[in-house]
Amino acid sequence: MAGAATSLHWHGDTASRYESRSATREAPWVKGLILGLSLSFFAVFLLLPLFAVFVEALRKGLETYWAALVEPDALAAIRLTLITAAIALPLNLVFGVAAAWAIAKFEFRGKELLTTLIDLPFSVSPVIAGLIYVLIFGAQGWFGPWLAGHDIQIVFAVPGIVLATVFVTFPFVARELIPLMQAQGREEEEAAVVLGANGWQTFWYVTLPNIKWGLLYGVILCNARAMGEFGAVSVVSGHIRGQTNTMPLHVEILYNEYNFAAAFAVASVLALLALVTLVIKSWVEWKAGQAQAATEA
Amino acid sequence: MARRGSFNVLPGFNLALGYTLVYLSLVVLIPLAAVFIKSSALSFGEFWEVVSAPRVVASYRVSFGLSLLAAAINTVFGLMLAWALVRYSFPGKKLVDALVDLPFALPTAVAGIALTALYAGNGWLGQYLEPLGIKVAFAPLGILVALIFIGLPFVVRTVQPILEDLDTELEEAAASLGAARGQTFRLVLLPILLPALMTGFALAFARAVGEYGSVIFIAGNLPFVSEITPLMIITKLEQYDYTGATAIAVVMLVLSFILLLVINLLQAWTARRTGRNR
Amino acid sequence: MSIEVRNIKKQFGSFTALDDVSLDFPTGELVALLGPSGCGKTTLLRIIAGLERPDSGSVLLDGEDASHTHVRERQVGFVFQHYALFRHMSVFDNVAFGLRVKPRKERPSEAVIKQKVHALLELVQLDWLADRFPAQLSGGQRQRIALARALAVEPRVLLLDEPFGALDAKVRKELRRWLRRLHDELHITSIFVTHDQEEALEVADRVVLMDHGHVEQIGTPEEVYRHPATPFVYGFLGAVNYFHGRAEDGRVKVGEALLHHGADELTQSLAEGSPVLAFARPHELDILPDAGMALGVAAKISRILAFGVTARIELDGLNGSSGQHFEVEMTRAEVERQGLAEGQPVRLVPSRIKVFEHKGS
Repeated sequence: MAGAATSLHWHGDTASRYESRSATREAPWVKGLILGLSLSFFAVFLLLPLFAVFVEALRKGLETYWAALVEPDALAAIRLTLITAAIALPLNLVFGVAAAWAIAKFEFRGKELLTTLIDLPFSVSPVIAGLIYVLIFGAQGWFGPWLAGHDIQIVFAVPGIVLATVFVTFPFVARELIPLMQAQGREEEEAAVVLGANGWQTFWYVTLPNIKWGLLYGVILCNARAMGEFGAVSVVSGHIRGQTNTMPLHVEILYNEYNFAAAFAVASVLALLALVTLVIKSWVEWKAGQAQAATEA
Repeated sequence: MARRGSFNVLPGFNLALGYTLVYLSLVVLIPLAAVFIKSSALSFGEFWEVVSAPRVVASYRVSFGLSLLAAAINTVFGLMLAWALVRYSFPGKKLVDALVDLPFALPTAVAGIALTALYAGNGWLGQYLEPLGIKVAFAPLGILVALIFIGLPFVVRTVQPILEDLDTELEEAAASLGAARGQTFRLVLLPILLPALMTGFALAFARAVGEYGSVIFIAGNLPFVSEITPLMIITKLEQYDYTGATAIAVVMLVLSFILLLVINLLQAWTARRTGRNR
Repeated sequence: MSIEVRNIKKQFGSFTALDDVSLDFPTGELVALLGPSGCGKTTLLRIIAGLERPDSGSVLLDGEDASHTHVRERQVGFVFQHYALFRHMSVFDNVAFGLRVKPRKERPSEAVIKQKVHALLELVQLDWLADRFPAQLSGGQRQRIALARALAVEPRVLLLDEPFGALDAKVRKELRRWLRRLHDELHITSIFVTHDQEEALEVADRVVLMDHGHVEQIGTPEEVYRHPATPFVYGFLGAVNYFHGRAEDGRVKVGEALLHHGADELTQSLAEGSPVLAFARPHELDILPDAGMALGVAAKISRILAFGVTARIELDGLNGSSGQHFEVEMTRAEVERQGLAEGQPVRLVPSRIKVFEHKGS
């Protein structure tokens, strides 16, 4: 669904299959045109912006770069980003496993509706994801007066940021696991139960080893989004430097203050995180592809 | 509850489903319902006045028009890129394949400032484009560029697996019946890919309409020219006009629900046409 | 139209699919390419169609070198193993496809196309399915539609890759007979690939047996069955019993036992004592009670399977051929007459054997 069209899938090399057969080959000029156009498109719209982040970050030298990262407000932003991800991730992980277990291993009425509802956060604008928590916990919101009375601040504070992050990363793990566990069926679990395993043993020794790559895949994507979310977090953050700024928000503040080198320095850390995410993601895809090949052989 | 008659020996159904429903309600459903409940405080006349204000309508035009255009461009180039990745071997292919997902992994704010730096008047690309009279940054064209960036992976990733699973026999059959390569593509391959292309288009469009982070830096945010609808919500919030923000949010949410429905239908169609069930 | 292939070689990586294959397919015949999987038969068919390019060698269609003609222009009809029907097109549109993609000048009008498609659908007896989609058809129906589609472009030759491979046993038998009748009607030069010897022998005018990229034998079904040229062909065309022995006095000696049979030219031409392999089909072995003489091979009945008119008797070899298993077919009446029982020691005497020189180990 919107936000995660990508799912665990190993793209083995298929090109030779087409290139070796005369009926599935294009004329050289057609091939050249398609390759040229698509790779230029890729280079201009994807590669260049990525490249620009690092060049702009280092434009004023390594010293400025480093200074921008170790400055207290930047460190506070990094800390808050890590805390947010550390809370959102386990919550959505447990939810994803529970939802996938119920949907993939059991039959019940309204299953399709439930699956669709789980996808909902992907098709909601991040701005709205922030707005909904303002409407509930904000000063004019449902719980606003009560919260104010008890001196609890959720919106424009850290809890709001965590809530908005949980919302936008809600479907990642579930989305990855549901089709995977559905495809695996429930025979192996039933065999475990017949052999006398209890629920946890069945899950731990039978289900988990089968879904570990899908799980890891979902967690990685979930983490990337949790650390990088901007729109939703922007709505519920108080934009207070050193307190309610995550890294992406910190980038925005620096940028709007025309402190470009510092903004790109922090941005480059996020870009590195994205690259690491893609590396791990490719590695997981490769591992999962191998595991699949091994079971099929 | 487990359907009567479908006895299942596996444990944990009540716990798993119960937890799922409670968590889903608390995090997603109840908060989203808040938008509709809050907006019901407005009479229909008031609601209409907010959502049909000229500046808001202009933002719809920008958001929807450019999102459609970006999704269309991504559909064409996404198909080409998926085709190249599946059917041709070229150096660096693994790298390209992995980097296609960059827009999913790169924080939108980072993409936003990077694109702005590229296309600003003194940027790497902007310095060549502006003398030609092409203003990208701080203009609607900039929004388009940002929306192309964030929507790029959708078509590639929906079409790629379909292309990979395609039986070479189909094209061979067409060729043995005398079809030229172009005819084979148009008459045999395109109809099979069409549902996936439309799904990718719809996904890219849905993402683009709601996008905020990558657009906001490059848009320039000029009223009536380059303001996107999500920005209108933010603007209203900053003016403490919560009901106004909510009214616009309702419009966007309804559109999201419709898109979600369309996407689900398209995915079912893809599954039918290609025999895949994902 | 005649097809000739000359010195075709094809490698896939280190695997040799075809090793210098030359064949003639005369006009109007229905020929079966028969062999185990991996023997190169499908590759050869695809090379004739132009779907695959040989590493060396040439394909001549009607005496003309077609090696550099693209599959589009070869005018061959190809029926794929899994039919490759276009699932988004109706049966009618599938069959009409080849006509509709012709260059504008050669393309018949829609009215002519309609007429032609219906004629073809009638030929394959499926006119009533014209508006259905492939997914709504049974396997046998899809097969016939695929054939109609291939015939629509009036191909000069018809190539079928495992045409019955994906069907269940009953439909397969029906379609075999139907294909044979259709060929008798159309007389278009046809080649089909199969790994099923029964299918090849029953349907084809001529059978080409292939193994490991080589042609082992070419002949009518009668010829290849009655006079197999190599041990491989003998073994591939039916159930087989074999005996390791030596040539002695124009006879075959297995251990101390002499195989009693009519003298064979090959055995007579062989040097005394050279190793040979003797083959006999299950119905070519007689069972005699063991009278302690050196006639026939000693064996013990391990199982008697008698359900129908013919009984199958499984035996374990004794003495010189211990560890070997034999299979004999005879009528049930004969089993009862002889009073054969499981566990009984007997002698196996072939009424007819085929002897090959035993090369190597």
